[in-house]
Amino acid sequence: MSEPPRRIEITEPVTITVDGREVTAQNGEWLIDACERNDAYIPRFCYHPRMEPVGMCRMCLVEVDTGRGPALQPSCMLPVTPGMSVDTTNDKVAKAQDGVLEFLLSNHPLDCPVCDKGGECPLQDQTMAYGPGESRFVEEKRHYEKPIPISETVFLDRERCILCDRCTRFASDVAGDPLIHFIDRGSQTEIATFPDEPFASYFSGNTVQICPVGALTAKPYRFRARPWDLEEVESTCTSCSVGCRVTIQSSRNQLVRYQGVDSDPVNWSWLCDKGRFGHEASNSEDRLREPMRRSEDGALRVAQWSDALGAAAAAIRSVDPSRVAVLGGARLTNESQYAWTKLAKSVIGTDHVDAQLGDGLPAEVVLGLPGASIDDVCAKGGTVLYLGPDPKEELPVLYLRLRHAAVSDSVRIVECSPMRSGLSPYAAASLQYAPGELPALVAALCSGDVPDGGVAGVDADTVRSAAALLDGIDDLSVVVGRANLAETAGVVVDAIDAVRSARPGARYLSALRRGNVRGALEAGMSPGLLPGRTTIATGSATWTEAWGAVPTAAGLDGLGILDAAAEGRLDVLILLGADPLTDAADRSLARRAIAGAGTVISLDSLPSASTLQSDIVLPVAAFGECDGTTTNLEGRVTVLHQKVTPPGTARTDWMIAAELALRLGGDLGVESSQVELWDELVKHSAPHDGLSSAALAAQEDPDGLLLPLDATIELAATTPTNVPPRSADSLRLVVNRTLYDSGSAISHCASSAALVPEASVRLSPADAAAMGLETGTFVTVASSHGSVSVPAVVDPGVPGGAAVVRHNLESVDAGVLVDAADPVCDVRVELR
Amino acid sequence: MARLTPENVELAHRIIARYPRPKSATIPLCHLAQEQDGWLTDEAMVHVAELVGCTPAEVLGTASFYEMFKRHETGRYCLNVCTNISCQLLGGEELLEHAEQVLGVRPGGTTSDGMFTLEDVECIAACTEAPAVQVNYRYFHRLGPDDLDQLITDLRSGALDDVVPHHGTLGRVHQDLDGDRIANITPPEAQTEPVWIRRHRELAESNDGGAS
Ligand code: SF4
Ligand code: SF4
Ligand code: FES
Ligand code: FES
Repeated sequence: MSEPPRRIEITEPVTITVDGREVTAQNGEWLIDACERNDAYIPRFCYHPRMEPVGMCRMCLVEVDTGRGPALQPSCMLPVTPGMSVDTTNDKVAKAQDGVLEFLLSNHPLDCPVCDKGGECPLQDQTMAYGPGESRFVEEKRHYEKPIPISETVFLDRERCILCDRCTRFASDVAGDPLIHFIDRGSQTEIATFPDEPFASYFSGNTVQICPVGALTAKPYRFRARPWDLEEVESTCTSCSVGCRVTIQSSRNQLVRYQGVDSDPVNWSWLCDKGRFGHEASNSEDRLREPMRRSEDGALRVAQWSDALGAAAAAIRSVDPSRVAVLGGARLTNESQYAWTKLAKSVIGTDHVDAQLGDGLPAEVVLGLPGASIDDVCAKGGTVLYLGPDPKEELPVLYLRLRHAAVSDSVRIVECSPMRSGLSPYAAASLQYAPGELPALVAALCSGDVPDGGVAGVDADTVRSAAALLDGIDDLSVVVGRANLAETAGVVVDAIDAVRSARPGARYLSALRRGNVRGALEAGMSPGLLPGRTTIATGSATWTEAWGAVPTAAGLDGLGILDAAAEGRLDVLILLGADPLTDAADRSLARRAIAGAGTVISLDSLPSASTLQSDIVLPVAAFGECDGTTTNLEGRVTVLHQKVTPPGTARTDWMIAAELALRLGGDLGVESSQVELWDELVKHSAPHDGLSSAALAAQEDPDGLLLPLDATIELAATTPTNVPPRSADSLRLVVNRTLYDSGSAISHCASSAALVPEASVRLSPADAAAMGLETGTFVTVASSHGSVSVPAVVDPGVPGGAAVVRHNLESVDAGVLVDAADPVCDVRVELR
Repeated sequence: MARLTPENVELAHRIIARYPRPKSATIPLCHLAQEQDGWLTDEAMVHVAELVGCTPAEVLGTASFYEMFKRHETGRYCLNVCTNISCQLLGGEELLEHAEQVLGVRPGGTTSDGMFTLEDVECIAACTEAPAVQVNYRYFHRLGPDDLDQLITDLRSGALDDVVPHHGTLGRVHQDLDGDRIANITPPEAQTEPVWIRRHRELAESNDGGAS
């Protein structure tokens, strides 16, 4: 089967005999893995190297002698001990395998010709290799209604199930969503959900990948292709910044399936459903195929590339560089990011460049803090201070790793969040703070000085017992990010400052969401920044030499760009896959900015609210349609591969940058492939030393190469954000994200679009009671900037004084409430 | 019908408190729900899941393993006729057929008045008294067709109310355990010595003390 044994370091070698050969194995590892590592593959169905064994299927029986005489034993549950002797192929073993298969097949339908698994089915393959040629079972087999949906995306054919317990173990032990279970007993046993309670897990697709038969199938792939028609290549998911390793598979130049690949430092073979089914958006009918220009009559009309690029270049050329800005780019490849940074900062000559829309963390913070890898954060017995967004909603596979660390590797997580999150049940302490007051809470946690009245709305005892967990922990791992979009980044930066002064040995993982945001910052896509973790102050010499010219003063950041555009101070606004109209935390600012900017040039693969408002739209290649590299949230660089051709005449972002550069009288110095761009970056960037395209290509494992964790950028001193007190008649707004929102990636994904939740405002039971409302009551949530009407949801996970609204849901837009300039946002909630 | 009544919720909390982990109370709480409604409703399983902190799917998975948890409405009396070997040799099958005719239902069926659910069961460990029958898990031994008729008449008339409670009530004794009979609710990871070893040791020590 496709799951290789986990890579391990042999620290306690023991000698065992496998089929007459003496081999070295790790003491205590499962025999099935030790044998496979030593070229004696043992067939199996239920064993999965990333889950605890259960010994359900008995396919892995081998004859083992530990000194008490040979006996058949399941190798998936037998730890290796010194001197063990194993026979994996003798007659007795062959008979056992033959027998197990005959039993499994007695109730298994002869579905192979119409089964999606046919051609890549472990049951089929192992029956061919080890099974009986004929069945003695002539009786009628079981029949069930087939298939039944167990969720929006997963279907179950019960008679195909061999009861291996893989899907159910995954659901309960890995994902923590035990919504499927064996029910009934004996030959009646089947996998089931509770009636009317579907397997609504963000990770449901993994069960399809690991089911060893065709019992579980995924709607987006059912009957789309046969394994022997598939072409595949390995790549990295860029739907979020975790950077899970995937195999992308295509059939007839169409992406049809992504499968998780086991990258030991990252995703352990798991994917979230948003990433796994992301190919549906790539295949969407709505993809942008041809360039478009706004014509005289105001409509967007298809144009030739030469016209569109000519118009773009003309718009840029005709204005002062200080009136041109580039926003977005966090989803581009490293190479495209580098090309666009070079184009903007050197050829055009503007420093108004920001990959983030004011919803991330300042570049100096991300690049200036000593880093921690995912493995560092999850290391056995460690302690983590978690100050990021709900990882289950924003960085799903990071959530799986954190959950595993807490449940199985005794990692103690102290979580500070604006409301209870998916991580909270696994945290040793979970504290819900009043928006804006995180710095005070963190300071109290790190010092242990807790006023008797509590801090940040959390009572003193709770803070004290959490502080005790952090007491004396110098090598603390801290996960930082934006848990609340209605709060400015300054508040988070202040909290980080509090940790830095109290725990100088702490290391940080920045939990920013967009796929390649880390790569963008490493490439210098931020005001005042140059590639390779340098600033205008420190990197000018290097990059002037490389590029000819660099900006001399720091430009505007994401919010500054939007502000300037809104005030008519920008003549050209270039959006690199950014959609401020739906994605910016401050919606009215985004609207004013798009309306106020002179020419808006948008590079995107799918239509969005912002592309529809743009003057020039350039279609770009999406994931799976271009080669390059990407950098995940840890700073891990992995290789992306093209599998299919982009639709229409869509081009890769760096090609557009190179073409524009030529039209502007510059030259990005790239002749034929993105490799030239990467190697130019590597040549001039100290942190990228050793990460050349050749070095990346030479990697045998799927793990890529990690940029140095130690920072080389100076952290700027910050002025603390002044958070005004909350008035008694208002609540403080929390805006947070859900995995499935109304962004274009999800709206164009047929199977995920149905999963976008209904908008609501979540209130604590105490506040709800005081206002006399209950779940379902329609209320108006009003800030000084706008108001929305939504049903209330009474949620005990919300602390008193807070009102939580999800970001970017079509039905209700929290963005109208927020003013990006205010450190926090107070709202009144009133009955309609 | 369905979720646990306030009194039963209170009892449920007392039952949960007997275990180191709430989830361990799943089966006793399913009994409680079955005692309340005569069978285990979906709503009750959802409620049990809330009370013990797991998902309804986990409660269903556990409950469905046990045939004595009925997931469909069941008659007031569950009449189980044994047709396994000893009983079969001594007329169990004929007895079942007779029951089918008298009650007008097949095994698995419930009479239209909601009084009886008939079941065909495997050995119920009363082979020496074959053919054996259980009503709501109370035994009736060496029954012939006439005895069965009489039994049904008595059950209908209420004459056996003291002997055979309504379906679901089998758990009553266990549900009301005295506080001082609760064994030990130390979580397993915090246990130093299994409680039975400790009790034996204490017993032995006190015996030693008495002898000397
Ligand atoms: S559905 Fe598949 S994974 Fe789940 S128990 Fe059955 S065979 Fe195993
Ligand atoms: S966690 Fe992120 S990188 Fe991983 S599969 Fe999901 S979206 Fe892709
Ligand atoms: S693989 Fe060992 S019992 Fe299934
Ligand atoms: S065979 Fe009927 S009780 Fe044993």
